[in-house]
Amino acid sequence: MNIHSLSVKELNNKLNKKEISCKEIVESFLSRIEKVEPKVKAFLYTNGDRARKKAEEVDKKISSGAKLKPLEGIPIAIKDNMCTEGMPTTCASKILSDFKPPYSADVINRIEATGMIIIGKTNMDEFAMGSSTENSAYGATRNPWDPERAPGGSSGGSAAAVAADEAPLALGSDTGGSIRQPASFCGVVGLKPTYGRVSRYGLIAFASSLDQIGPITREVYDSALLFQAIAGHDPKDSTSAGLSVPEITDFLKKDIKGLRLGIPREYFNPEMDSEVKNKISEAIKKLTDLGAVVKEISLPHTEYAVSVYYIIATAEASANLARYDGVRYGSRANKAENLFQMYSLTRGEGFGTEVKRRIMLGTYALSAGYYDAYYLKAQKVRTLIKNDFDEAFKACDAIITPTAPTPAFKLGEKSTNPLEMYLSDIFTISVNLAGIPGISIPCGFSKGNLPIGLQILGRPFDEGTILQIAYNFEQATGYHLRKTNI
Amino acid sequence: MVYETVIGLEVHAQLLTNTKIFCSCSAKFGQTENSQVCPICLGMPGVLPVLNKKVVEFSIKTGLALNCKIQPVMHFDRKNYFYPDLPKGYQISQFDFPLAKAGVIELRSGKKIGITRVHMEEDAGKLVHPEALENAEFSLVDLNRAGVPLMEIVSEPDMRSPAEAKEYLELLRNTLRYIEVCDGNMEEGSFRCDANVSIREYGSTVLGTKVELKNMNSFRNVELALEYEIERQKKVLSEGGRINQETRLWNVDKCITISMRSKEESHDYRYFPEPDLVPFTPAMDWIKEISMTLPELPLIREKRFVSQYNIPLNDAQTFINEKELADYFEECVKLCNQPRVVSNWILNELLAKLKEKNISIKECPIKPVNFKEMIELMDKGVISGKIAKTVFGEMFQSSSSSASAIVERMGLTQIVNTDEIGAIVDSVIAQQAEVVTSYKNGKEKALGFLVGEVMKISKGKANPKIVNELLLKKLKGI
Repeated sequence: MNIHSLSVKELNNKLNKKEISCKEIVESFLSRIEKVEPKVKAFLYTNGDRARKKAEEVDKKISSGAKLKPLEGIPIAIKDNMCTEGMPTTCASKILSDFKPPYSADVINRIEATGMIIIGKTNMDEFAMGSSTENSAYGATRNPWDPERAPGGSSGGSAAAVAADEAPLALGSDTGGSIRQPASFCGVVGLKPTYGRVSRYGLIAFASSLDQIGPITREVYDSALLFQAIAGHDPKDSTSAGLSVPEITDFLKKDIKGLRLGIPREYFNPEMDSEVKNKISEAIKKLTDLGAVVKEISLPHTEYAVSVYYIIATAEASANLARYDGVRYGSRANKAENLFQMYSLTRGEGFGTEVKRRIMLGTYALSAGYYDAYYLKAQKVRTLIKNDFDEAFKACDAIITPTAPTPAFKLGEKSTNPLEMYLSDIFTISVNLAGIPGISIPCGFSKGNLPIGLQILGRPFDEGTILQIAYNFEQATGYHLRKTNI
Repeated sequence: MVYETVIGLEVHAQLLTNTKIFCSCSAKFGQTENSQVCPICLGMPGVLPVLNKKVVEFSIKTGLALNCKIQPVMHFDRKNYFYPDLPKGYQISQFDFPLAKAGVIELRSGKKIGITRVHMEEDAGKLVHPEALENAEFSLVDLNRAGVPLMEIVSEPDMRSPAEAKEYLELLRNTLRYIEVCDGNMEEGSFRCDANVSIREYGSTVLGTKVELKNMNSFRNVELALEYEIERQKKVLSEGGRINQETRLWNVDKCITISMRSKEESHDYRYFPEPDLVPFTPAMDWIKEISMTLPELPLIREKRFVSQYNIPLNDAQTFINEKELADYFEECVKLCNQPRVVSNWILNELLAKLKEKNISIKECPIKPVNFKEMIELMDKGVISGKIAKTVFGEMFQSSSSSASAIVERMGLTQIVNTDEIGAIVDSVIAQQAEVVTSYKNGKEKALGFLVGEVMKISKGKANPKIVNELLLKKLKGI
């Protein structure tokens, strides 16, 4: 029995039945990490010692006769842009290479309060800027389905770790598709909650009005449990919603008969990858078989989403990344002879190419004389995109689209052409602009055995319904059961 | 050519909240460097601001006191620039949706100075430089002040002279102190002023090119800097030159303004809405509630002091300039109902004593009830005005004692018994035969000396009026 291949539900059962110990679980994942990391490179840091200590505490609790809650004692991998007190948090950037935050993110506190065990910090595109995890200052992560290919990004480390059974659960963050696109590329489940559902306190900001933390898991059920654990109001985040979170597993007990699913015509064009198109069509048919009612809808402003996103996200990033100035923490260039040089050398050496590109784009968009034409206009179009979704959700309960235009591309294939790379998020970006929840689940495999992802979008704060649809589809198809050969 | 001066002022006032604007760190002044900081005000990766409600309350209070319209929707913006004392690389401020707009401050002349806007923002930290800055290898950063709440209060360019600017500033500071939102301490930097000044041909309606003046850390310096700058501009124009739009620093040692940067070198702050804070609408009920807490404002009180207590405007101004002093005055008056007497005692005696001891009126050892008793003792003739000064001095030294206790303890009760005083008068006349003779020979001044001698022997306790009467009577009889 490979402990690391067991589902979260099975792990919990076996723990409660005392068939395995928490220590064994942690050791199993640590040795799995040791075994596959040379090929996958999903982790920037593994937390072995502290994880073992936590496991001992859990085992003590079990031996005292207590019954564990579903996620207690389960290892979890954390994307390296969430602050973990006393543990390195680098954002995959050179500028934070030595940074250990003096505090933990709200999600980390919730993770620990629930009893999950942090097993390590995962690789990502530097400051979450990218779609392939190639923009990491510490080297690219590989796709466990094909190590020649990218795992997607920016949460590529978390998605690859879950796909390769290095961790049963992971947290990612999603600004324009950074949870869903790597989930699609790696054949796992990635949920981006509604903006404001999960506290951003302690998430190192890329684009504040778009960033959202969410679960990356092997199964929809795990996604629901992890979502439940991290969601909820946080007074430390002024943009966090003051709404209570419903019991999500209740949604998973329901079928999807009569649910109305919208298919946006703008997401299906003749040039789209034929394998993706076929798998999505099959998925839609499957959902119909399960009783859902499918109808075509329109999201007319879809074509502007990528442009709007790269103005708003970069504008916010240009300010969010100003704090890396070498004054208080992080690396500082030591050859500087004056203040200006200290700034320019520190940032010049500390940031990678893509980060610099985006800081420059955002700075330009906010500059005097250009603000109205770029930032202000983009905000107006963002409202139109949001209105499209509001309108669409009057006629349907959820929206079905592909997650990404293609299966995982080859490492290096797009890294020289930023625009082409940006277009790999074309189906995920609108969701962040509108602030609505979205999930990606596996819906089949290409001829080359690469996973293909199905995206389900819901109304604001209605994560329950999209998890319900995802769960019904998953249980009826079983694509989540296929394992990588890594 | 006759020139007209045009001045507008920008004031930064530190709010008297216990904690900072976006975190729960103490906002106290003068603590050990970097002892009042947390991940939020240090600008650590991942932190988020949460607005301090008290800051909004104090700012609304200010807006109301300055007759502003509180805006229905307010939001914060990021003002982007790099400096080592600015941890996030941007300052959270308010740009196009400030908290309050369109207010007014009325000068004593009745002239109205418009208030363009009042907005909230966070302060930056400060740099500590080694003494020889030119050769220094480093500077240190103290972030205790980073995130301390500030209000920026911007006036219209309505002032026409440095004196008007000074009066506006004093009234504004008094108002902020009256409503207890700012201590108004210019030296400690809790009340800072920048000025925009230009000149134009008298009668013109077009504004001249403005110069921004910075680094004036007292009312006097604001006035001096403006006076200097106006003369400088007049000279430039009269010599056929042009005024450059620029920022100039007041150099207090040389008493001149020096160019700091031109308009071309000014920052592009790239303001945009702060995405970490949501737009905010203060409830009408809340605003109403805050308006109920507004005290009587200084200029209104000043006018009332003059009319109700019949004291000179100058005296009223002295009281108004320090709220606690005005409160003290009113409390004493309430107890003894002799405003002019109280006013004179405060202005002539008390202020000097406070200054001597270097304490504020809040720490004044003489309680109004003791003050009142002393005046009563004078009224009843128990002590003379002269003895009262002794009693006053004694009360100031030993804060616990009442006036009557001091009079008793020191045996200061006035002598009104004519026999007793008569005996002293007789002995003085007998002792000072020479002086008596010169008085008789028409040297009237000699009388004063004789009165003084009687007082001296009575240790100041003899009733001066009776002394005078008896002396005159007895001298006549000689």
